[in-house]
Amino acid sequence: MFYREAGDFKTTYADDSQTFPIKFDRYRYYLVLAVAFGVIPFIINDYWANAVLLPFLIYAIAAIGLNILVGYAGQVSLGSGGFMAVGAYATYKLMTSFPDVNIFFHVIIAGGITALVGVMFGLPSLRIKGFYLAVSTLAAQFFLVWLFNRVPWFYNYSASGQISSPERTVFGYAVTGPNAETWVAYLFCLVFVTISAIIARNLTRGASGRRWMAIRDMDIAAEIIGVNPLKAKLTAFAVSSFFIGIAGALFFAVYLGSAEVGDTFGTTKSFLLLFMVIIGGLGSIFGSFAGAAFLVVLPVLLKNVLVAGLGWPTDTAAHLEILIIGGLIITFLIAEPHGLAQLWRVAKEKLRLWPFPH
Amino acid sequence: MSDNSQDISQGGYTTVDGRKIGGVMMEMKNITLRFGGVVAISDISFNIHEGEIRAIIGPNGAGKSSMLNVISGFYNPQEGEVWFHGAKRPNMRPYQVAEQGIARTFQNIALFEGMSVLDNVMTGRLTKMKSGMFAQALWKGKAEQEEFENREVVEKIIDFLEIQAIRKTPVARLPYGLKKRVELARALAAEPKLLLLDEPMAGMNVEEKEDMSRFILDVNDEFGTTIALIEHDMGVVMDLSDRVVVMDYGRKIGDGTPAEVLANQDVIDAYLGVSHD
Amino acid sequence: MSDTFLYGIEVVMNGLMAGVLYALVALGFVLIYKASGIFNYAQGVMALFAALTLVGIMEGQVPFSHLINAIFGTNIHHFGWEVPAILAIFLTMGVMVLFAYLVQRFVFRHLVGQEPIILFMATIGLAYFLEGFGDLMWGSEIKKLDIGLVQGASVWFEDLTSGLGGDGFYGFYIDVLDVTAAVVAVILVVSLTLFSQYSKQGRAMRAVADDHQAALSVGISLNFIWILVWSIAGFVALVAGIMWGAKSGVQFSLSLIALKALPVLMLGGFTSIPGAIVGGLIIGVGEKLFEFMIGPMIGGATEAWFAYVLALVFLVFRPQGLFGDKIIERV
Repeated sequence: MFYREAGDFKTTYADDSQTFPIKFDRYRYYLVLAVAFGVIPFIINDYWANAVLLPFLIYAIAAIGLNILVGYAGQVSLGSGGFMAVGAYATYKLMTSFPDVNIFFHVIIAGGITALVGVMFGLPSLRIKGFYLAVSTLAAQFFLVWLFNRVPWFYNYSASGQISSPERTVFGYAVTGPNAETWVAYLFCLVFVTISAIIARNLTRGASGRRWMAIRDMDIAAEIIGVNPLKAKLTAFAVSSFFIGIAGALFFAVYLGSAEVGDTFGTTKSFLLLFMVIIGGLGSIFGSFAGAAFLVVLPVLLKNVLVAGLGWPTDTAAHLEILIIGGLIITFLIAEPHGLAQLWRVAKEKLRLWPFPH
Repeated sequence: MSDNSQDISQGGYTTVDGRKIGGVMMEMKNITLRFGGVVAISDISFNIHEGEIRAIIGPNGAGKSSMLNVISGFYNPQEGEVWFHGAKRPNMRPYQVAEQGIARTFQNIALFEGMSVLDNVMTGRLTKMKSGMFAQALWKGKAEQEEFENREVVEKIIDFLEIQAIRKTPVARLPYGLKKRVELARALAAEPKLLLLDEPMAGMNVEEKEDMSRFILDVNDEFGTTIALIEHDMGVVMDLSDRVVVMDYGRKIGDGTPAEVLANQDVIDAYLGVSHD
Repeated sequence: MSDTFLYGIEVVMNGLMAGVLYALVALGFVLIYKASGIFNYAQGVMALFAALTLVGIMEGQVPFSHLINAIFGTNIHHFGWEVPAILAIFLTMGVMVLFAYLVQRFVFRHLVGQEPIILFMATIGLAYFLEGFGDLMWGSEIKKLDIGLVQGASVWFEDLTSGLGGDGFYGFYIDVLDVTAAVVAVILVVSLTLFSQYSKQGRAMRAVADDHQAALSVGISLNFIWILVWSIAGFVALVAGIMWGAKSGVQFSLSLIALKALPVLMLGGFTSIPGAIVGGLIIGVGEKLFEFMIGPMIGGATEAWFAYVLALVFLVFRPQGLFGDKIIERV
């Protein structure tokens, strides 16, 4: 009964184009923020943080980034793993070269560097479309992984070829390194997630978002009504890579602490991100969160039930997991191409009309 | 409307119903367009005066749509020149043409199916939205202000075309006739100097055609928009247009007022066939 | 002749052989794409699955033994018999046909008329599903595939060519298996071309490729044609799986090698069978030569990306590929 637009009149265009036009949604959003910032840091423990919360937050940033490119601008990319690697290695180089600068800025600059790399690999998108483009983004994926693997300058000539993040602090609290406390790392990531989501939302509801969606829905018509396709596609690549780069930076520096490019940022990661976007919902910021949550929680759940609960061998459980993920992708594409976000919208639609559905 | 094209030698005229038509706005000079070996348009010249409704007619495959595509910059002709507002237009990308103030609709509706009606019409304003990414990211300053200013323009057009009720409906859910109207709204949102309509009434019933005709006349009348349209329904063409270009097999076979064109023997032959005796 | 030059020639020959194998996988892509407009990302995993199934049947493995053991606490692995290679190949082919049917029935029938990119993403899902399924069914450990193909260097060819160089040169190294693969590939291409040109089903296939609706209206069963096409693609996958599997063992990386067929296709054009062959050869030779000449200077292992970057650069200048039809945009 309380979930209504009726009586909640919008008298300005600002009111009408806000993110949560329905009051109840708005309050729930504030509540989620309050719990995320005010409650969880006090009750967080290592297992939950490392198994679920940190990967969820970081993947959510990456999924938002990829969703801008795939869901909003319609350019399918299979190179996100490579772009995460750019973010990770850029932070690593920045952290070790400029130890006095706050890591917050390292992460942001790493995002900026990734944006540049993304634009470079996005250039062909003007001439190459659809799955041709998807395949050519694999070039970015394989080339970048090779680059970080083979050019020792990127990993500071370390003998193992790995990179590991030194201790860096924010306001005196260690965010990275072995002494970092879980709640600090969590809050650090949460800040980035929140900012990313707000920025992404603002961009997608305004002129840029419309340019991207126009290109996605019908590129020829978009150009004829005055959208410069090169500019629209490249900004999509830039913004998308910026977020993915930030995610890569956090994934390496805050979550893993050390990384080896092939294992951490291989094609598997690219596909994982793409799946998050598909399952969560193409063209939806909320969907990016939902998809990230789903694909972070699913393996943990399966592992707990099958391996810990039923005593299955780990590899059998892992095989079942990819089988399920593959099946889900197909199911979602058939039944609900707009993913979890659409299911959620439909549920809300029902709730809006309840209890008088007709 | 801009007034920089008052070329006296090609000055305006007065229509039969007494409307004052300005000077030449756009002039096509000896346009030839080929696709490989196929000649789609061969050596066609005609002009469009400011404020008039200009129709391009002809049988199927006559090259009408290709001509519209040349005007909107989608195809660049191999030979010939396009003059707009008294200046020769270099080869341009379609988005640059749009920025010059030329908007269009499509024969097979080309709306953005994944977006709402409002967002679709808002895309018509994109050429006017210049705020930077940074301002947009923060939804502050110029970005926000621009958004609402343009929304106001768009709302006026939505009122004008009587589509208020479907403002937030996803375009994919609309019936054909409404889609055509939304497409017109999107083109009008750009406040174009020249509006190109590619078969605006194709596939419509009589009532919808009447509505559309009314909108076209109103646009021309209230906003002073110059209109070039392709249409098959001869009745509509004759009622709406001030002057008509007739094309057949890529050539121009007639040009003049509806009455003149109807009396033209070549045109009659093209439409009714020639008897070979 | 200098030895470096001779090594160069050897590199080219090995590149050609590798290229033949790429082309073999690419062929499967082209078939499905031409008939249904589906860009089948799962083709590589299909080759892996076919090879896994073949090995499993030959060795008399119990399907899903890991799963059964995990659930029931049993410890079964093999039936205890071995199946002759020929029979096993036929049985595997049966499995691939069944797979074709199931894919058509449960996946693509529900996606008819969707945008190509959605279909593409569905095949990525299919690839994951099939990979998980194959691993569950047969286990994921590396397997040896031996159906009696001769392997190893051709001594005859080495002796024949050893005279070309100096004392340090022992003649060109060529794997007999590669030659077999090349011959098989040629036979496949010729027979597929004949099939599509002259058989009734082949004509129907081409009709469907041209225009679904029109084909439907003259009484061609789309469903049947698509199952047929997926079956043929399954057969091509099986052949590719046998060749790759015999060469480097049946393991997950096989599906990654098969990914190389993608740049091959981008180079050759998605709709052209000769394009797939030529593209395969160019990529095979190109990446081996690049690794041989430039690789040592920039850290080696360039084969990981060379094919993709080459295809990318190429496509920027010629978006329709070498043999693809020119794309004319219309409104």
